[in-house]
Amino acid sequence: MILTRPIAALGRNVLQLLAAIGRVVIFAGQTVSHLFRPPYYHREFFQALVQIGWLSLPVVGLTALFTGGALALQIYAGGARFSAEAVVPSIVAIGMVRELGPVLGGLMVAARVASSIAAELGTMKVTEQIDALVTLSTNPMKYLTLPRVLAATLAVPVLVAVGDAIGIFGGYIVGVTRLDFNAAAYLKNTVDFLEFWDVASGLFKGAAFGFLVALMGCYYGMNSGRGAQGVGRATKAAVVSASVLILAANYILTEVFFSA
Amino acid sequence: MIDLRDIHKSFGSNHVLRGVNLAVSKGESLVIIGGSGTGKSVALKCILGLVKPDSGQISVGGRDVNTGDRDTFLARFGMLFQGGALFDSLPVWQNVAFRLLRGALKRPHDEAHAIAVEKLRRVGLKPDVADKFPAELSGGMQKRVGLARAICADPDIIFFDEPTTGLDPIMAGVINELIREIVVEMGATAMTITHDMTSVRAIADKVAMLHDGVIQWTGPVTDLDNSGDPYLDQFIHGRAEGPIEAVR
Repeated sequence: MILTRPIAALGRNVLQLLAAIGRVVIFAGQTVSHLFRPPYYHREFFQALVQIGWLSLPVVGLTALFTGGALALQIYAGGARFSAEAVVPSIVAIGMVRELGPVLGGLMVAARVASSIAAELGTMKVTEQIDALVTLSTNPMKYLTLPRVLAATLAVPVLVAVGDAIGIFGGYIVGVTRLDFNAAAYLKNTVDFLEFWDVASGLFKGAAFGFLVALMGCYYGMNSGRGAQGVGRATKAAVVSASVLILAANYILTEVFFSA
Repeated sequence: MIDLRDIHKSFGSNHVLRGVNLAVSKGESLVIIGGSGTGKSVALKCILGLVKPDSGQISVGGRDVNTGDRDTFLARFGMLFQGGALFDSLPVWQNVAFRLLRGALKRPHDEAHAIAVEKLRRVGLKPDVADKFPAELSGGMQKRVGLARAICADPDIIFFDEPTTGLDPIMAGVINELIREIVVEMGATAMTITHDMTSVRAIADKVAMLHDGVIQWTGPVTDLDNSGDPYLDQFIHGRAEGPIEAVR
């Protein structure tokens, strides 16, 4: 009995994990299915687009700017060990558009957006606003979830593109002012070594991360427990799961896009 | 009009409803009373489909609630929630006219606004409240807005979940009067959940007491004081001693 107890506990936890994954997948499936079934709530979609896209620009831009600058310093210092300082512009560009732009942008959006969606929807749940929507013949998945998930899926790639450009600009500023690169040569090296797929893969990652961030925010918000503590737990769970899923999805997508 | 037959509902090991049987006639105002946690709200939410009963049958107007188009079914209902459940992100008039701004009952923007202002006036609120946000209103005003939203699309069934909770006695009296007037004026069928005995006497035609998951007593409001039911007597007189166990 004592010996089997840990195995039983392990089994219980595995089953709970699988059930949770199943619930999220069903929730995602239901959300996507509403994309093909009217009515659509355009106003809610555009509001979500502004909240998720436009208002996240400052935080994503600042993150990218400092990351691009730090990346230039690191690559210069590392490259100097084998006389490869000249690779700074191309590595900064490739590093930003393939990895750091989408991942850091996604994580910043997760912190800002998954938390706010989970807190808003969680509060709506505990104050019976979601029940009120149902009694007013409005499907909460259509009215609350789909607009947010769709807006994040479309807005985050745009944020990533802007973040990429700002990150490369951060590297350029550091390269030109601190590392004595020629401005024109830095830009030429950046453009020459950057391929279409480098940029496109990063944008595709951005779309996937945006989907995951809004999905986690909506899932935990709609399933929030009672009271302030329930909303707090939902918010925390949304940010943690969105962040972990972004990092896991990033590895899987990198494997799919770039493994030979 | 509304018929509940042998409704059972459990949440985990908590068997909340243990065979609820209840009938409400057309145009009647039924008030359900009972202690906290006895499943009054659950019974109401079962009718609306917000909670799915484990077993039993619910019909409205002779039709099973699980058959037919859900939007058409819900369009017959208005509901005033305990906390108002107003949408924080929308101004008051859009809360009131929510049903008229989207879906099957959609009206032109100006017409929906005019109807919302008229319904606000009906519940005693001035037109300048229409452009405020719910957070800017007092508890009593929020209840009135919730009431205006519940009646905006002229439903033939209205549910009131604890309509006077959290209000001072005068405001509670105003809301009770409003509910009674509106229900009579619209000829609607009403179901109300409350602990407030003043509300019961002001609103009800018929009273049902829910205790231990079943309807313990039901009858006209005029029989409330001479029912002979010890459970009902203890409840309406607020006595700590009696067959209903009070947790101290």
